[in-house]
This record gives sequence, C-alpha cells and structure tokens, in this order.
Amino acid sequence: MTETEYRHPLMAAYWTRLDTRFAQVEAVFDDLVAEALAVLTPEGFAAYLEAGRVIGKLGRGVEPMLAFMEEWPSAAKAVGESALPSVMALIQRMQKSPNGRAIAPFLQTVASVAKRLQSQELLQDYLDVTLDFMERTTGSIHGHHTTFPSPGLPEFLAQAPALLHQLSLAGLKNWVEYGIRNYRTHPERQKDYFGLQSADARAVLQRERHGTLLADVERKLDLYLRGLWRDHDHLVPYSTAFDEIRKPVPYYDKLGIRVPDVYDDLVVAADTGGEPVRIRGLDRYRAVLAHIVGHRRWSEAQIADNWSPFQRMAVEFFEDCRIETLLIREYPGLGPLFLALHPKPSADACDPETTSCLRHRLAMLSRALLDPGHGYVDADLLDAVQRFHAVMAQGESSTQEMASLALSYVARTRRASDQFAKIHFADTVVDYRDDNRQLWKFIEEGDEEEAFDAQRKIEPGEEIRGLPPRHYPEWDYGSQTYRPDWVSVYEALHPAGNAADIDRLLAKHGALAKQLKKLLDLLKPQDKVRIRYQEEGSELDLDVAIRSLIDFKSGATPDPRINMSHRTSGRDIAVMLLLDLSESLNEKAPGSGQTILELSQEAVSLLAWAIEKLGDPFAIAGFHSNTRHDVRYLHVKGYGEHWNDEVKARLAAMEAGYSTRMGAAMRHAGHYLAARRADKKLMLVLTDGRPSDVDAHDERLLVEDARQAVKELEQDDIFTYCISLDARADEYVGDIFGRQYTVVDRVERLPEKLPALFMALTK
Amino acid sequence: MTDKAQYQVQQAPFYQPQKNEVALYEAAYRNRLPVMVKGPTGCGKSRFVEYMAWKLGKPLITVACNEDMTASDLVGRYLLEANGTRWIDGPLTTAARIGAICYLDEIVEARQDTTVVIHPLTDHRRTLPLDKKGELIHAHPDFQLVISYNPGYQTLMKDLKQSTKQRFTAFDFDYPDAALEARIVAQETGADEAVAARLVKIGGVARALKGHGLDEGVSTRLLVYAATLIKDGVAPTDACRMALVRPITDDADIRETLDHAIDATFA
Repeated sequence: MTETEYRHPLMAAYWTRLDTRFAQVEAVFDDLVAEALAVLTPEGFAAYLEAGRVIGKLGRGVEPMLAFMEEWPSAAKAVGESALPSVMALIQRMQKSPNGRAIAPFLQTVASVAKRLQSQELLQDYLDVTLDFMERTTGSIHGHHTTFPSPGLPEFLAQAPALLHQLSLAGLKNWVEYGIRNYRTHPERQKDYFGLQSADARAVLQRERHGTLLADVERKLDLYLRGLWRDHDHLVPYSTAFDEIRKPVPYYDKLGIRVPDVYDDLVVAADTGGEPVRIRGLDRYRAVLAHIVGHRRWSEAQIADNWSPFQRMAVEFFEDCRIETLLIREYPGLGPLFLALHPKPSADACDPETTSCLRHRLAMLSRALLDPGHGYVDADLLDAVQRFHAVMAQGESSTQEMASLALSYVARTRRASDQFAKIHFADTVVDYRDDNRQLWKFIEEGDEEEAFDAQRKIEPGEEIRGLPPRHYPEWDYGSQTYRPDWVSVYEALHPAGNAADIDRLLAKHGALAKQLKKLLDLLKPQDKVRIRYQEEGSELDLDVAIRSLIDFKSGATPDPRINMSHRTSGRDIAVMLLLDLSESLNEKAPGSGQTILELSQEAVSLLAWAIEKLGDPFAIAGFHSNTRHDVRYLHVKGYGEHWNDEVKARLAAMEAGYSTRMGAAMRHAGHYLAARRADKKLMLVLTDGRPSDVDAHDERLLVEDARQAVKELEQDDIFTYCISLDARADEYVGDIFGRQYTVVDRVERLPEKLPALFMALTK
Repeated sequence: MTDKAQYQVQQAPFYQPQKNEVALYEAAYRNRLPVMVKGPTGCGKSRFVEYMAWKLGKPLITVACNEDMTASDLVGRYLLEANGTRWIDGPLTTAARIGAICYLDEIVEARQDTTVVIHPLTDHRRTLPLDKKGELIHAHPDFQLVISYNPGYQTLMKDLKQSTKQRFTAFDFDYPDAALEARIVAQETGADEAVAARLVKIGGVARALKGHGLDEGVSTRLLVYAATLIKDGVAPTDACRMALVRPITDDADIRETLDHAIDATFA
C-alpha cells in the first residue's frame, strides 16, 4: 500500500485480515469489499475474508485468489453462503493432489455454475462430480501415489457453465462418465473431449441434453408430415446450444426444414386459470412443422421492395394467422396447441410514450385473430379482427389479401413512437413460427444462381490384372437398338481388408441382429411338402386310404402306406446382391455422421448374415464404371463361399469411386444368376443415384439401358428389385424397375431396412 | 342334387358403385367371361361380387383360399363310408354343376399347383375333368368363375402365374375417393356424415404412410368398424384407436402419429 493513499480504517483492517501482498488484489480490493458487504452477512463476510486469505497462501499465485474474491459473493447470492465450507474442502483436495493448477479455473467458473444451479444441494452434486472426476483421472503409478495432474480437469471446469446450460446434473454426470471411461488413459484425447473439441464430446452432449431431441422424434415427425400433410422434406437441425445472443428461428428453404435440435417441454398457465398445461417437445415440433406446411401450401411470395420493415412485419403476422386458421380448419386439434404456444401479451404491458409498441400491438392482434376469447378491447384491433374473419369466411383468402389488410391496419394504428430504438419484445415472439424468409422476394438483389462446379474426381485408372474383359451390348433408346459389344466389363476379386471391422459392425447392431433372428426363425419353414405313402405319418392320406380300401374290398392286398406326413423343404431362392460403388457413396448421409458407404457396409453385413442363416445361395458383387471401356465388377462373395472371414475382409475393404453404369453390371450379374438352378432368382440392386457415366452425356441413355437390362433379366426369370438411397429416386427409378423398388429415405436406417426388405420379398 | 337355394344371396347387399364397374361386370357375365378383382384389402372386392350375384340373381359359392388347400379341396374327393366310398363334390364342382358364380377369394394364398385346376373352366372348354371319378363335367351355362387378389403384397413368392392371369378379365379396385368413402361409411353404419368424413380423413393419413412403415393403409372395412363403434356410443377417439390404429401397426412411431391425427381431427 502506498503511503500517500488514504484508506478507510475499516478497509485497512479488512486488508490486514486478508494478509496478502498481491498488488492485483489490492487494486480492486475496495470494490470487492463493497460488493461483498452488500451480499454477505457479517459472519459470511468474515468467512469470505478468511477463505480468501487461505487461498492466497496456497502458493498458486494471484489468480485463484483474485478469482475467488471476485466470484464468491455472486455465487453465495445464488446458493447461499453456507456452501463455502464444501467449496473450500474441494480446493483443499485439489491442493493436496497434483491438480493445484485447476483451482483457478474452478474458482473462475464456480459463480456461473452456482447461478445456473440455484441450489446448494445441486452445487454439492456438482462438487462431487468434480471431485470424482479429479480422483479418477489423476495419474498414478502402481496405484499408490497420484503423481500426474488430471489432464481434462481444467478444461472441464472452464466448460462447466456452458455444459450446465444444456445439461441437467444427471446429464452432466453421464457426459463426464463417458469421457472418463473412454479417455482416462489418453491425456490428449481427454483434453479434447472435456474441452468440447472432439466430435464425440459434442455428440454425447447432444444425447444427454434435456428435452425432446430431434434425433429421437425425427421419424415420428417425418410420418407426421407424410401422413397428416402429404408433405415431405429433410429436417435439418440447428443447434440452440452454442448461440446465446441471436436465437435461431425455424425456417425452410430448398435444402430442407430447419428446426431446433431440441425442444424442452413447455409448461404454460391455462387460460382458465386451472392446472397448467404441459406441452410436450414433440408437439412443439409438430406445431412448427404444421406452420411451415401451411406456408408451403397456401403462402405466395410477395415482392418486398416497396414495403417498410414495419409493413412487412404486419403482413407476416396477418399471413401467419391466415395459414394457422386454415390449418385449424384442417385439423381442429391444432387450435388449442397453437393457442397454448402463442404468447398472450397483456394489453397495457407496453408504454407507447417511451417504447416502440408495434411488435406488442401485432402480437396482441395475432392472438386475437386466433383466439375468440382474447378479451382485448382496442377498437382498431377489434375492427381488424372482424375484417380478417370476414375475409376468411369467404374461403382460403390469399397472401395478397392479407397484405392489404395488414397495410391498412398499420396505417391506421401508426404512432410516432414506433420508430423508437427501445422496442418492446416481451411476449411478442411466437416461437413455433418460422422466420418467413420464403414470404418475400427481393427484386433488387437479383436471383443469380449459385455457380458451383460439379466436382468429379477422376483418378488415374490403375491397371486391372486378371481376366480379360467381357463385352456386353448397350441399349440405345434413340434408335431402339443394341450397340453390340459396347461395354467392357472387367471382373476381379475385391481386394481384402480387415474382417474384424465387419465383425465390429455386426456387434454394433447386436440388438437388431437378435430381432432379425426372430424373424428368420419365423421365415425358415418355407414350403411344406407332403410326403405320401407313409406307413406312419401325421395324417391319413384320404386318397390313398380309399384306394387301399377298394383294393381290400375287391380282394387284393391293400397298400398299408396310407398315411402322409409333412416336411419343410428348403427355400429355393438364389440371391444376387449388386452394390453400386460409385463416388457418391462417399457422401455423408444426411442426419448421420456416417457415409453412405459405411451404412451400406453395415446393411450388407447384416443382410449377408441373415441370408447365411437362412441358407439361401447368395452372392455379393460391387460395380463402378469409368466410361464404357472400364466397367469394373468386383466379386465380394461367390455362391460357393460361406459368410466367412475372407468374405468379410473383402466387404470391409469396399471403397467407392467413379460412376454408375448399371445396365452392364446387371447383365453381368444376371449371367451368374441365370446359371444357378433355383426356383426363384432374385437380384437386389442397392444404389444411391441414377445410372450415369462420364462418357454418357444424355442422362436418359443409361436409365433406358438399365430398364432394358431389367427386361432382359425378367425374360430369364430373374426378379430384380432396387433399393434406392436417393431421395429423388422417384423421378427415374420407376422407369427402370417398374414397381419393384423401394426408396429408403432415411439412409441411416438402411441396416435394419435391408434385411427386413429381403425377408418381406422372399416370404 | 345340391340345394341351390342355400347359395342364393337373400338380402340386397349395400354396394356403392365407384364407376361403371356394375355395367362392366354385367357385360362380362353375359358372355360368361372369368373375372379377376384386384385391390387392397377391405376395399369392397367381396362385397362387389356378392352384390353382383344378388343383382344377377345367381347363387354364389365363395371359397377362401389358403396355403393348405389342395386341388381336391376345390374339386371334390371320395369319402369313406361303412360299406364303400362316396364321392363328394368340392365347391368348384358344385358351382359348375348348379350354375353358380364361384368366387375364389385371395387366390394367391392357395398353392400354385392348386390354382391350375381352374384352367379348363376358364377358357372356351368350360369343363372340369374329375380324373379320380372319371367324369368330365360340362359347366352349367350360368356358371362363372371370379377370383380376387391383392397385388399389394410385394413378394416374389405370392404372385399369380402368367398363365393364370391371362385367363381373366380384371377389375382394379381401390379405396374410393374421400367424399364417396364417407358416404359409404355413413350408409353402411347409419353414422352421421360429419363423423364419417373425419374417419375417412384419418384413413387418408394412414394411407399416406403406406410404404413408410405401413404395409397397407386403413381399409374401408376398418373405417366401417370405427363408425359402428362410435354409433354404439364409444368415444370417437377410443373407437378410432381400437378400430383404425391398433389393428394395423405395432410400430410405436406410426401409432403415435396416427393417434395424434385422431386427436387433432376429433378435437
């Protein structure tokens, strides 16, 4: 302390009690004390100074002490000052372990954590989690002494407030547990995980979040869209976790419908004042989707350039109400849902003298348009409501009509204060509505397309060793003739990889495999075959019995073999699975971290396993092409082979590249299948796009060729069936395969879909 | 001789024509052409055949086909008696003798070798050889063969042989459009039109999910069941769950979606 500066004697006494020489603390000491005195009781304040003194003496520098002095008062305010001893206890434990370095980060975030948790018990739980984490990740040699500090602890403590923002404590525990279990012995990975840097840290975080996760209800929502609204689109989640200031709002564009990754259940007070209503996260998603579907059905984009932002906002509110009215007409049950989610601003919440009340007025209006029992008395509002209903009574109305209603309403209710910078926001956000970006088109910006270059990777073709090529014709639909010997198919054994990879994939789908096994058992007894002329059997064979009796009556020796029994004969199906291994398989499947190739591998492994169990003869082959001179047909499994490690190794090594010349590959696969002796022959084609190749500029050419190949196979009694992973497959797959195809629109479900489909086909 | 009267359709069945199928059937019958009725389950195939039998005043013999059915189940067999054997006609033979309309329901369920016995009855010969009995039956002039099947099963095992298919004229049935279906449900059960319309709407939801986890949508028959339950005083939401959702799916997601549709419709 400098001699010249005056210090209040009381302050000086406190300073003495703190007993420290850190200049940084001294610089802010007066402010800290003032804040602490305002929050803490005298005893609490004494404990605060004492704790500060202890922390200062730990020999960890100024940082922990400064953090504590700054953070504790607000933490105490949130959870009560009686939590201090347990916090100090944890600090002591850290001090005694090699983790002293973590004390500063711990103290820096403890206040935010406390504010988030708001209860001493929960804070205690948090401290326990931290302690447990520390003890388990601190390195020890021979199990006796803890010698290395926990690598992840400081990272974890720094992330704690953000984590608790999204996770319940139970979720946090699970998340920490996952990290410890997997990365205890890997310091660098541990740091990444607890610093939220690694992908799985985020993935596990996503999984443990509270509320209804989109991933969990995605299929239900998909069914909802299809079933109730005859609509379909990709649901693309955006994260609400990492964007605190600007809250993203649902919207849709040509890539899909964007919705939050999670919705918490919402509890709202009931209108009638009774029990509060609980709206499930799933229903909130449904409300969003219904609203967006409404726009897609009934809204028409308006030219925005001539309207002010206020006018546009009003148009949006009117239009939103129009489509919601129409939605409710379709399904009356949506009414209560919308109303429960729609804010109900109180009429006098906004002061027009000081604040811009436009949002408030429009939110009230929006409420009134939907809720007959709104109870507002403003004359302009009532007039607008009445005019709205009059228009809606005529039919569906239109965006245009809504715009004119909105403009006249804005003109009539305009106030000077609408321009104020201070805007009334409370209770004006209708969170199930999208941001209406599709409602506007702007002329000025122009609508130039995004130019993108189709990237196609053509690697220098490696020399194919092995059999000479086989030539196949190709169908030219233009002249309705075959181009003879047009395509060269090189066949080879697929290179081998690591069979254990496939075993791991199968293990991953253990539960699914179990389920499949049940189905398989049901499927096995396929054909009942009667065995007649049995002396002992399960049933009397009436025809034979009568013949015997006639023989007997007429004096001849009767045949005693008058019974019959049943035997279940094997299925007689030969199957060929043809895999498209074109470049596009390397793309990530939407909504999943895996590439389509990986998912196909999983699906094919499961299917192969299932068919092996059934005992049907079965072959797998992959194909890709790089012009007509180089179609590669790669054997993965032959009919003679069992589902063994060699086959698995080949499957594991599967790689994607080049293009899809489907017709030639099907013809080649067909010639193998035709050579089989079986009652039924089935060729499954698993593909993710339309047939195409770099040297085919007319995109219909190869589609027509594939269609021709299907016809040829049909003549050979081969039933072809296509499983397409292309969401846009409906445009062409029917042209090729007729009715014999399925489009798997959720690619990540392929592993369960494919075997199920096979069984349904051969049941 | 078999009692013909027992096969006569006594009461006029309710049938709401969708298009001109009644006139077309009459034309087929006038010329005794075999008829195949295709369509999803519960869309009114059997009802149509019954109605036509009534309208034409002909006896109707219906055989529900199944996997265990053998040719002799259709044609007939010898039975043992105390002092010998007795031939008993199968339903197909009976129909051919008395001049009935023989209706083989869900023909694909029968084993393929079984269905071949109908071939001689379906072309110009119109005969049925009973090889065990050593008799050749010439079909009665009124005899007609009708089969039904549901092409919705996508499996390579259950399909008619081309040689069988090509012996029939065919009707392609589907669920009627919403307004008509509502009228059918209302007429059939006496339920109120508005309720019927809502039921049909829910039916539409389920049909839109076909191929996305549902093998078949809700049939008109199930809608009629639901309306019947509602008529009996069951709460509509319960009746729909019981008659429309629980029977068709065990998939939890689909079930929940349909339940939601019911709640949203009957709110």
